[in-house]
Amino acid sequence: MNDSVKMRKAMTAPYTVWMAVFVVVPIALVVYFSFTNVGGKFTLDNIKAIGEFRGTYLISIELAFVATVICLILAYPIAYSISRMKDERRQQTMIMLIMLPMWMNFLIRTYAWMTLIEDTGLINTFIKWFLHLFGYEFEGFSMINTQGAIILGMVYNFLPYMVLPIYTVLTKIDESVIEAGRDLGASGRKIFTMIILPQSAPGIISGITMVFVPAVSTFIISKLLGGGMTYLIGDIIENYFLGNAGEVNYNVGAALSLVLMILILISMGIMNRFDKETGEEAGGII
Amino acid sequence: MKNKKSINIFKRAAFVILSAVMLSSFVPLLCAGAADVTINVYNWGEYIDQNLLTQFEEENPGIKVNYTTFDSNESMYSKIISGAANYDIVVPSDYMISKMINEDLLAELDFDNIPNYKYIGDVYKNLAFDPDNKYSVPYFWGTTVIMYNSKYVSEDDVKDKSVNLLWNEKYSGKILMFDNPRDAFGIALKKLGYSMNSSNPSEWDEAAEELKRQKPLVQAYVMDAIFDKMESEEAYIAPYYAGDALTISDENPDIKFYIPVDGSNMFFDSMCILKSSEHKTEAEKFINFMCDPQVSAVNSEEVGYATANTEALNYLDPELTENKLIYPESDFLKNYTEVFKNLPAPIQAVESQLWTNLKIESSTDGGETASGAGWIQIFCVVSLVLIVLFVILRGISNQRKKKLWRKPADGKKEVYRQL
Amino acid sequence: MKTFYKIYNAIIFIFLYAPIVVMIVFSFNGIKSRSVLNGFSLQWYSELFHDSVIMNSLYVSVILAVVSALIATLIGTFAAVGINSMKGFKKQSYLAVNNIPVVSPEIVTAVSMMILFVFIISFFNTLEMGFWTLLIAHVTFCIPYVVLEVLPKIKGMDSNIYNAALDLGCPPAKAFLKVVVPQIKPGIITGAILSFTLSLDDFVISYFNSGSKIQTLSITIYSMTKKPYSPKINALSTLLFTFVMILLLIINIRNFRPRKKAESK
Repeated sequence: MNDSVKMRKAMTAPYTVWMAVFVVVPIALVVYFSFTNVGGKFTLDNIKAIGEFRGTYLISIELAFVATVICLILAYPIAYSISRMKDERRQQTMIMLIMLPMWMNFLIRTYAWMTLIEDTGLINTFIKWFLHLFGYEFEGFSMINTQGAIILGMVYNFLPYMVLPIYTVLTKIDESVIEAGRDLGASGRKIFTMIILPQSAPGIISGITMVFVPAVSTFIISKLLGGGMTYLIGDIIENYFLGNAGEVNYNVGAALSLVLMILILISMGIMNRFDKETGEEAGGII
Repeated sequence: MKNKKSINIFKRAAFVILSAVMLSSFVPLLCAGAADVTINVYNWGEYIDQNLLTQFEEENPGIKVNYTTFDSNESMYSKIISGAANYDIVVPSDYMISKMINEDLLAELDFDNIPNYKYIGDVYKNLAFDPDNKYSVPYFWGTTVIMYNSKYVSEDDVKDKSVNLLWNEKYSGKILMFDNPRDAFGIALKKLGYSMNSSNPSEWDEAAEELKRQKPLVQAYVMDAIFDKMESEEAYIAPYYAGDALTISDENPDIKFYIPVDGSNMFFDSMCILKSSEHKTEAEKFINFMCDPQVSAVNSEEVGYATANTEALNYLDPELTENKLIYPESDFLKNYTEVFKNLPAPIQAVESQLWTNLKIESSTDGGETASGAGWIQIFCVVSLVLIVLFVILRGISNQRKKKLWRKPADGKKEVYRQL
Repeated sequence: MKTFYKIYNAIIFIFLYAPIVVMIVFSFNGIKSRSVLNGFSLQWYSELFHDSVIMNSLYVSVILAVVSALIATLIGTFAAVGINSMKGFKKQSYLAVNNIPVVSPEIVTAVSMMILFVFIISFFNTLEMGFWTLLIAHVTFCIPYVVLEVLPKIKGMDSNIYNAALDLGCPPAKAFLKVVVPQIKPGIITGAILSFTLSLDDFVISYFNSGSKIQTLSITIYSMTKKPYSPKINALSTLLFTFVMILLLIINIRNFRPRKKAESK
């Protein structure tokens, strides 16, 4: 027995070392850099400097929030309809079809939208041609390089993250409960609001986190679809670390990432709590 | 279970293949061919005829070139400073060269190894950024020009050849702008009649105001994406470097360009060797190769920039060498252009600060984008209200019923399982 | 209601697939344009295969994904066994640390690793970012997923068989290999596949930690989006998409047959 315990300890050792050196130490370094200046002395200037980026934090949260809500609205019906399909194989196929675009490279997916929504892109070309048939001349929509385009990119890229957890939870709802509700004379809407929606809350919540977190911290979508016109918090962090726009400052960059991380942890905490209050046990996201 | 054996064989075969692939792959990755010397060249994007690299490797067996690119002096500099990568040859511009000399990053060149240096014109030697010409050999030079699409931009608007075209509200949404602070501020400072190397912070403030004013008119801040956007007529007006402008106008003949009379930037991109380089002799061989008149001519023909190699001019198409936009008269250069100097540290800080402010500006306010942001805010408020209502309603309904059949589910893990 | 869902799902699928279809169609374009189709050609495919930068980065990406998946699976599986036998606070803290890379935004993970590497590099003159930093970073973000995959399988395992093997005199290492591993194999395989795909698909972490001499496919694609347009990018995405589709089909066909019962509990 003793051997077995020893072996287990030995087996965890590489993991412990690895995670300590490459996860815990880096996080500690981020904290350390946040509170020191370039010379390594303690300072709160980096944290104070963040005040300047209040607007950027706000806009990042705002855009990510809108994208999350849109994802939720779009994803729920499709997840619901798939979960109600009779044929299980068909369900699997549909879910696979939803996940398939996710397997494409993220950048390629985003780039593809660029070619669609440009001023001279396919959508505008098509609309112009269509209206031209009826004798209208049309300038075309300006879609790319706006905040709307950034939201579009977020929704497109992260929609499957919302569909999947909701779908998983919905398939677990016991059909007999719904039938019981129906037998007791509940209306369709009542069944939905009283049975289906509350039971899918855990799925909704993990969906929300899975969409919100990558959306709020993205910098590629705003670059490709936003044309550098709207800076999100990810862009600022990137600039401070890679110096694409001048100054390199790991300290401010670290402080910005620390705040971003804390913001996300707080919002996840709130989400989990919300889940706890309504459900019984948290989804165990953290 | 019946065909378990065959599965096992299959798996073993797969494993053997995999490990073979791995082993074979590790060799080049980690040892990088012990016999060969690899020199690492770090250059601007779209700035070389790639065939020349192969030619160099063929002429110099035993030397491999690892060629990578950057898109601004600043990002190149930060890569080198962070120690993220060791390079042998870099091709920074003038002001960055003097900055790097000041910080002792560049190695003194051994010009005995670069005999072709003699073909470089005297005007391009001992320039201000490297007064004794110890560290750099000119690669190309050029000016910053303003491109416009003559199909959409009326002649009247361009006849005064001014930078004001970039601020012309008629073309709102069709104007592109540099996505790097030095070039963008250079244009704004010139618009105001100041020096591009101004050391007066209030002049930089004014320039920042100009850029802020311009922002609502700008379609996007881009660098090499300008090629696409101009060629496909996605945008009509853009400032960029002369050689690239020439390449673009070859692709789309409607695109014309001029050197703004308010003043423009004249830049020299020169090859330098980093102090940390371990293959200095081989790197010098590469520089020498690039200075060969014929090589230089081929390169210049491809990228469209002006060469500092006077001998190479003989091999170039006269149409190119007589193009006054690529090879302006020396008088014109003297009167209308300015070379970037390394800015003093406080001004650099101001520049970087103002640039970041400009970039985050639109997030909170600013003309056109604000109207775009309006519906987003409305959406936010409305959905927040809905969520709050939903939570309250659910709270009420929850009180009325028991929670018996709720199962916990871990959506996130589920997602990965499904993957 | 049924027709509503049909139409609705169709719209969502159009939304999801329209960009991909457009990319595929334009990869066969006879001319170099993003909005005009003219003729059919395979020239972009042949150019793609002759582009040494893309081919090199593809090679780097695949090697990186294979190696980091292997290392991560190894470390993660072992760790899961150990973590499973832990109790109380120790277990909680292990799980908490394990979840850090999973829950934190990619950019934060990337940046924190970059700080660490720059910190290490500052002590050694000759070191630079490259394959080793990429490998460490990728293994680091893959391990937690392996643990999350394997842990439930170990939990659901009957530990009596393992104890019986020990009682019968089998050494622990052998008992582990012969008794435990076969039982948790599905978890290990899923973990490995997951790591492989996560690594292959990653951009953000590689972008910050690659230095700039070595490029993964994602980084090459990113630099292609900044350069003048070339339909090569379309050809590349078409090939990737086809590859993924075939892979998914194989996995699904394999899954449907023997595991169908187990999946639908």
